Amino acid sequence: MLKKLLPLVEHALKAPVWDCRMCGQCVLHSTGMTCPMTCPKTLRNGPCGGVRENGNCEVKPEMQCIWVKAYDRTISLPLPKVWKEHYNDLRPPVDMRLQGSSSWINLVTKRDQQTPAGWSVKDRDH
Amino acid sequence: MSTLREKLENTDDLVFTAEFPSIDGGGMASVEKNAARLAPWFDAVNATDNPAAHAHASNTTTAIAMKMYGLEPIMQIVCRDKNRLAIQSDMMGASLHGITNISLLTGDDVTAGDEPEARRVFDVDGIQAINIARGMATGSYLSGRKIDPAPDFYIGAVENAAAPPFEYRIQRALKKHRAGANFLQLQICYHPDRLEAFCKGAAEVVPELKLIPAVALVKSAKSLNFMNDKIAGIDVPAASMARVQNASDQRDEVYQLTLELAKHALSLPGVRGLHITDFRHDDSLAQFMSDLARVPSY
Repeated sequence: MLKKLLPLVEHALKAPVWDCRMCGQCVLHSTGMTCPMTCPKTLRNGPCGGVRENGNCEVKPEMQCIWVKAYDRTISLPLPKVWKEHYNDLRPPVDMRLQGSSSWINLVTKRDQQTPAGWSVKDRDH
Repeated sequence: MSTLREKLENTDDLVFTAEFPSIDGGGMASVEKNAARLAPWFDAVNATDNPAAHAHASNTTTAIAMKMYGLEPIMQIVCRDKNRLAIQSDMMGASLHGITNISLLTGDDVTAGDEPEARRVFDVDGIQAINIARGMATGSYLSGRKIDPAPDFYIGAVENAAAPPFEYRIQRALKKHRAGANFLQLQICYHPDRLEAFCKGAAEVVPELKLIPAVALVKSAKSLNFMNDKIAGIDVPAASMARVQNASDQRDEVYQLTLELAKHALSLPGVRGLHITDFRHDDSLAQFMSDLARVPSY
């Protein structure tokens, strides 16, 4: 029941504000409250190299680059410091099986933390 | 052993890389002709992957053909046309043929090309693809399935030092290095000040990353205009444009401008070489290399 209801509630709340695409593995907090799934290339680690001189998108010239917006907001919004520090995190590929499910449930169950076994090769020290 | 890796990791020598022309018709004869023209000057040459979202002979087959004619390929893989399975099989296929320099890019969008109605993939992005390559080089596919022995990849990437948000590009270079990139070819750049700020910052934040800025040999103000208008992420400052436009000899003026950019790029911290894209296809490549004090090897 909850599994059916929560995605509806989540979408109803998040779609009008963030244009939420229900990827089921929400990273809004680390991207200045800007949804990376609204990037035409759905980049989780943007911005790409095609950003225009005015900061707009390579694909949609009339739209500000999602990742430029995310960067500006990460700096300017009064977000918790720990969220801001996550901006440059290496985000794993999207798990397509979670599309349409509630990211709130996936957060609580830690399902959204699961990555393929070959993903977590040790990060280089920096 | 890749010459590129040997030079970048074990010597202080500068490396020179180029872009291999896309192959459509012309068969192996066309590969042979281009390889003969580039071989004397370059340590390694990029085998591109449907550049600017136009279909051509594939990255892997072009890299294999280049190798047959004595060029060391840097095989590019972009994320626009292939999902994570196809990207991994590209890399494994390259390794099968002894191709070890792999460069991973997000890639232009389909709308940049001549088939804008195509489905775009972007199942993973450029940085995720770098991390997958590093995983393979340490012995497993993304799934965790073992690869024994692991392929001996020398992993690279591309960054645009001159696109907004400028100050973040340095952090992005660091992120690419953390994911597994050893060298970074840079997008063609007509803003020496931006390139300088990027290289200085990157040399400080991530000194292990070998930077290879890029210049393009073009013929006229018209071609500069084309790059400014049509190539995503390239901006030509109005002053540079005017300088070429108002010159009595545009060919020579744009050549001099490019030479100045190249010399400046080579003087910057962290820079270990230069990437040259030749859109002129005349005799100026040899002249350009000589003007940079390069000696051909035959």
